[in-house]
Amino acid sequence: MGENREWNVKKIMVCLKRVVDYNVRIRLRPDGSGVVTDGVKMSVNPFDEIALEEALRIREGGSPVEILVVSIGPADCQQQLRTGLAMGADRALLIESDIQVEPLIAAKAILKVIEREQPDLVLLGKQAIDDDCNQTGQMLAALWQRPQATFASKLEIVDGRATVTREVDAGLEVINVDLPAVVTTDLRLNEPRYVKLPDIMKAKKKPLQTESLASLGIDLEPRIRVLKYEEPAPRQKGVMVADVDALVAALRDKGIFN
Amino acid sequence: MSKVLIVAEHSGNQLNQSTARCLSCAREIDPAGADVVVFGSNCGEVAHQAAALEGVARVLTVEREENQAALAAIIAPQLAVIAADHDYILGPSTTFGKDLMPRTAALLGVGQVSDLMAVTGPRQFQRPVYAGNAIVTVEVPEGLKVVATVRTASFKPAAEGGAASIVPNQVAAELPAHTRFIELRTGGGDARPDLQTARIVLSGGRGVGSGENFKLLFALADRIGAAVGASRAAVDAGFVPNDMQVGQTGKIIAPEVYFAFGISGAIQHLTGIKDAGLIVAVNKDPEASIFQVADIGLVADLFEVIPALDKKLG
Repeated sequence: MGENREWNVKKIMVCLKRVVDYNVRIRLRPDGSGVVTDGVKMSVNPFDEIALEEALRIREGGSPVEILVVSIGPADCQQQLRTGLAMGADRALLIESDIQVEPLIAAKAILKVIEREQPDLVLLGKQAIDDDCNQTGQMLAALWQRPQATFASKLEIVDGRATVTREVDAGLEVINVDLPAVVTTDLRLNEPRYVKLPDIMKAKKKPLQTESLASLGIDLEPRIRVLKYEEPAPRQKGVMVADVDALVAALRDKGIFN
Repeated sequence: MSKVLIVAEHSGNQLNQSTARCLSCAREIDPAGADVVVFGSNCGEVAHQAAALEGVARVLTVEREENQAALAAIIAPQLAVIAADHDYILGPSTTFGKDLMPRTAALLGVGQVSDLMAVTGPRQFQRPVYAGNAIVTVEVPEGLKVVATVRTASFKPAAEGGAASIVPNQVAAELPAHTRFIELRTGGGDARPDLQTARIVLSGGRGVGSGENFKLLFALADRIGAAVGASRAAVDAGFVPNDMQVGQTGKIIAPEVYFAFGISGAIQHLTGIKDAGLIVAVNKDPEASIFQVADIGLVADLFEVIPALDKKLG
């Protein structure tokens, strides 16, 4: 935590997506057109919350960093941006849209903001817990022609470069990337702080700017059409066994542990 | 000339089984078979393993020093060039594929079908959303390349018995110098399988009681070749680290067999395991909601069950 640890990071952009809260059991609309969101608790995508927490910790590490939170979606996303401001972000931008925004469109929209804001680092969750796509950060990095460090569980910034530990299937991979870069965050990176009431009051006075997705001048034609939502096939009713012997017999019966 | 291209995942000398699973998916799109592309610094061994899979038309190799570590920023521009003649580009929905494929899709100007779990038409696919609590059917419009990550748990590995030709390729793509591989640390030398690829997973919940007690699960896991996971409650209680968490905000897994010991079965946990082949639940509380999704349930004390299983299965 040296004094000059992040001397070169002046601005961090964090993307926050509004999603159905992870504790809610989702219900499908009867016509299969999507998920019921009316009257359902909505939250900041948990992985994005981790991304914002990391930005706050970089600032708390000693350098004066401006933190901008950005969301894309309906006007209600202002609630999630206010949460981001209450956590400690300096200002917020909502790119307002009532259409379904697929990851490629989100990446193009974020790139437009990047071109204007010139952040040194863009942080976002590895995936959103609604569409589970796990694409936006990678697509953004590709279009921006900058490095990507996905599934980060540790992030260190020294001299204009980031060393990122990534959670991969084989274990932990460490890569080093030049800044600016896109880092997508995994669950282990940190534990986000709780928002306190005075911070919520303070957040009401912080700037929250809105502009329309259409005004960015990007191609909004979907590359993937969503035809219908369905319930997953139900699991077959299970059996209860009386003791360990019966359990082992049942497992052997299923062809496991022969 | 195959319509479908599969990106091989490998460790340098060993082809990952996810590639054979992608091949089964590819053959549902086009029974004629698929091309497999191998990126590496020395692809010989892996290329031969890929060529031996049934249904592979050609193995394309792209050998260069920069391809030694599979960095998405390095591989994606090359993959985008190789894929120019293919209609479908598939990679596994592993951390390798999840990192690489969206970057490639964006370079090609198309979207990506993540976690493809079923092929329902030439350009129509099913994939899970909301941690598997809903399934969506999606369609990629005519004229656009289909880029997808394949949910490996949904497809069986293709058999061996092929003898495809191996074709070395030179790719004229400018590679960035902004990303450097430092190291890969693999689980501190223990041979326990990875949570996301293990055939069998043993998980413990709050009922396990302490980090010390988790040793019981580790011992049984090592005896039967299983991975060990945990519920959010066990992680939050500090018994085990976050990376073992199974559930919506942890790891979503689909092993052949999942054992839940002392796990009550909160929604967020159940969504992480619902695609397991067989769910076995052991809990003292007969009312635990885990029993509603379990294929085999046993109301008992896990501290008696685990040692007994250890004896009988060992």
